[in-house]
Amino acid sequence: MRTIFERGAPEAADGVFPACDVPEQGAAACLGADLVRTSPPRIPNTTETTVVRHYTRLSKLNYGVDDGIYPLGSCTMKYNPKVNEDAAALPGFANVHPGADERYAQGSLELLYELTQLLQGIAGLPAVTLQPVAGAHGELTGMFLFRKYFESRGETKRTRILLPDSAHGTNPASAAQAGFSVTEIPSNARGTVDLGALRAELDDTVAGIMLTVPNTLGIFEENILEVTRAVREAGGLCYFDGANLNSFIGRARPGDMGADVFHFNLHKTLSTPHGGGGPGAGAVAVSERLVPFLPVPRVAKRGDRYQLDWDAPQSIGSVHSFFGNVLVAIKAYAYVQQLGDEGLRAVSENAVLNANYLQERLKRTYALPYDRLCKHEFVLSSEGLAEGVTTLDVAKRLIDYGVHPPTVYFPLIVHEAVMIEPTETESRESLDRFAEILERIAAEAREHPELLHEAPTRAPVRRLDQTAAARTPVFKFPFDAE
Amino acid sequence: MRYIPNADADRQAMLRSIGRTSVDELFSDLPESVAKAYRPVGLPPRSELEVVEELTKLSARNEAAERIPLLGGGIYDHYVPRAVHHLASRSEFSTAYTPYQPEISQGTLTVMFEFQTMVCELTQMEIANASMYDGATALAEAVLMAERIRKRGKVAVAANLFSHYRRVVNTYAWAAGIDLVEIPLASSGRCDFGRLPDGVSALVVQSPNAFGVIETLAGLKNRLGDALLIVATYPLALGILEPPGAFGADVVVGEGQCLGLPMGYGGPLLGLFATRKEHLRQLPGRVAGRTVDVDGRLGYTMTAQTREQHIRREKATSNICTNSAHCALSATMYLASIGASGLHRVALLNLEKAHYLAARVEKNKSGTLVFDGPFYNEFVVRPKGGADAARERLEAAGFLVEPPQAMADLGVPDALRLAVTERRTRSELDRVADVLGGKR
Amino acid sequence: MAYPTAFRYTKEHEWVKIDGNRARIGITDHAQAELGDVVFVELPTVGADVKQGGLLGTVESVKAVSDVYAPLSGKVIEANRNLEQSPETVNQSPHDAGWIAVIQLSNPAEAGSLLDAAAYEALIA
Repeated sequence: MRTIFERGAPEAADGVFPACDVPEQGAAACLGADLVRTSPPRIPNTTETTVVRHYTRLSKLNYGVDDGIYPLGSCTMKYNPKVNEDAAALPGFANVHPGADERYAQGSLELLYELTQLLQGIAGLPAVTLQPVAGAHGELTGMFLFRKYFESRGETKRTRILLPDSAHGTNPASAAQAGFSVTEIPSNARGTVDLGALRAELDDTVAGIMLTVPNTLGIFEENILEVTRAVREAGGLCYFDGANLNSFIGRARPGDMGADVFHFNLHKTLSTPHGGGGPGAGAVAVSERLVPFLPVPRVAKRGDRYQLDWDAPQSIGSVHSFFGNVLVAIKAYAYVQQLGDEGLRAVSENAVLNANYLQERLKRTYALPYDRLCKHEFVLSSEGLAEGVTTLDVAKRLIDYGVHPPTVYFPLIVHEAVMIEPTETESRESLDRFAEILERIAAEAREHPELLHEAPTRAPVRRLDQTAAARTPVFKFPFDAE
Repeated sequence: MRYIPNADADRQAMLRSIGRTSVDELFSDLPESVAKAYRPVGLPPRSELEVVEELTKLSARNEAAERIPLLGGGIYDHYVPRAVHHLASRSEFSTAYTPYQPEISQGTLTVMFEFQTMVCELTQMEIANASMYDGATALAEAVLMAERIRKRGKVAVAANLFSHYRRVVNTYAWAAGIDLVEIPLASSGRCDFGRLPDGVSALVVQSPNAFGVIETLAGLKNRLGDALLIVATYPLALGILEPPGAFGADVVVGEGQCLGLPMGYGGPLLGLFATRKEHLRQLPGRVAGRTVDVDGRLGYTMTAQTREQHIRREKATSNICTNSAHCALSATMYLASIGASGLHRVALLNLEKAHYLAARVEKNKSGTLVFDGPFYNEFVVRPKGGADAARERLEAAGFLVEPPQAMADLGVPDALRLAVTERRTRSELDRVADVLGGKR
Repeated sequence: MAYPTAFRYTKEHEWVKIDGNRARIGITDHAQAELGDVVFVELPTVGADVKQGGLLGTVESVKAVSDVYAPLSGKVIEANRNLEQSPETVNQSPHDAGWIAVIQLSNPAEAGSLLDAAAYEALIA
């Protein structure tokens, strides 16, 4: 498919903007000649019809949750309700400038405040900030909170963060970006944190631990209370990565498990759309001792008025321009309001049932490194499927069957990993169909492996040369080439 | 249950197939004390209709949406062609995941490639990433990148950055152990580049700056030694302003809300990040690259991923994963919809209308412009009779304007910053000038 | 590919060709096969001092980054600039044209701790 740069017309239609209704002086007169742009950007002029056809055609080369099952482990690609989209698009919400005086933005402020209250309830923690705009951003915020907390106590030796070897890459990256060093704790044979290894690391240089609960294998840390107790007794703090909240929402609260910081991924658990890579929202809940350090401004309620509170002398400062991704928060708010407690409980029940149902069926055909009760996701391996057939081959062949592949090659502690998370919004029929396809592919792997090696053959493009892309990078349209 | 397609009969059958009798058994791995400690939030389920009514009422409590904004400071009231809304809301774009499987993500990836190209064209830089969260964190990450490259422990920052940019940079720099030294201001509203600090990894300048004034970037790069020149800019203004790339900037960042996004009470936003090819390995964030498939067909894929967290972990150039992809998509569609000539047109409208208002204000003697430097579509005025009173009158007349505290925080007391976009009509501007001067 | 008996090897899959008190270093055929197509090599700085076991540079494929460790202590006196233009040389000729650096040894006795070809082949079997 051509890019928009190849669809230009020199004389393009106009008509979006009106004529200038004030006397024109000209750019040079307003700015001085040397500030005026000399060469125009090579953005094509074209017609609305061309633009609409171009992007409509491009959209058909994509695959969204609206197209079918999206079983990506740890991504919680559940159905995105349409009412959420319309709520966020209400002009009263969309057309408000963040600098507007608080008294003219009471609707947004009330919603933000009420959402923080709801998230506090879901987390079982006393305070929430909506300022972080992604999970990793929430992690970074949490790491900043750790830093400020220990700084306030003069405990400057605490420079290490512990995390399990199954941790998502953003965890160590966030810790490092906040100025910590990281120490990996090995997982035991059951796939959970090795308590002995953890205790051996706990000393006065440890700031805390970063855990994903349940972990990235989809397994709940049965020793979670011992883990958090041990860390707290050693003077450290506990960070819980909430990417997998879909597995216990409505049934358990991280605050009751010993979490000091917990981040939500509104674009996972709370159904806001993924958008091809964002925008998300990474609300962060904290325990009492971290409240003074929360980013500013906070959203507060005084009487029946909502306001922005800047009075926090020990705050870490700000991590985003204003109050977070407000329009994304609106979608999450609408979702929680519809579901209520009953609906939230049904989410985790059905998510976990769907995952265990699939795991039970698929373990007959694929290797299951940790054969035990899983939560909302589980990890298979394609090792042993057939000689010379890899997880990559299986993933690409799934595309030929019109299904988005699961997460592959993560977590790193499983070879040829396939991480599957169906979510609660898939029907039994959809799950059965997915399992059938994976079983067929396993059979093909034995009988006709070339079908996997050549896959995909039914996608808009076939396997792309990643090596060439990395060795001779082309990151923008080559206007100057022939 | 809403959005859950399985009925009780399905669930029973599924439980039987896994040898369980109740769903509760599936949660036996939760510690008993934790399960017992659970408290519901206290929310009943509600119908879609009720939720729509509640949210519509809430949105109506935002009187700001009915008023005329003279607010700027990085976020602006620009017009977005309707086609952008329709195209961006196609669910193939909005409900897709990050394009880790490129063969079925050519829609997302092609648009990423187009976006990167457009950012390079606007800024006149060599490479751009697929977006950051917002202009403020893009700027903070530029500071971190410069420090990784030069390792001097110190960065110089202009005193006239947007307050919210400075706040975020302060937080990120504190955590990274980077000292910030300030570049003082001149009476023109621009930086005083007379004596530049040495031993810094970078110099951070914003242009147009927080006062709306355009900085003198010409010749600056040559005076910095090997320190990086980081410029934060207003992307839409680059339709008419000479871009930072033309002045030798090493990194250009900006807030892309002006390119087709609603103001949204401050989020989601769109961080632009562009730099030189030689800094590719230190670039934060995702990039899409062009390549071919096994049949020689052109296609796009995420590349240079070894910089990123999922591979490099604690050694990654940034922890960023989810960014502002869908906003970048809207921005791409916006720019495609208006084209270079539309961009020039709208950029010029902003300039002319702002200058018209400023001229009226001065002619009426409604107030004095605080700074004499050239400005784009925002300027700072000291109103006749005081800023507080002027703001009251403007609000009574249906306008929205920042409190004088905003400018006082930047060292300019008793003043108001006014922003003008292509949406402000001549009669609105005449009214502003009158009200500013004391008329009600 | 045979592992040259004249070379010595490390557990981290580097090879060393010692010549007097200089040593040429690269990664083994096993290492390049594990990595896949090499797309970038981060070379050490000429003039830098390295300790045995210290980080010398990195070799990157599309999906992974592999650290290259110094098998012996010394000063880097040459780095293979050809790899900047042609990183694929590491795949095509890992034991020869795909060399990464030459070190002037500061403690030649350290060579005693390295594996010989037979021991390395046993390790990767």
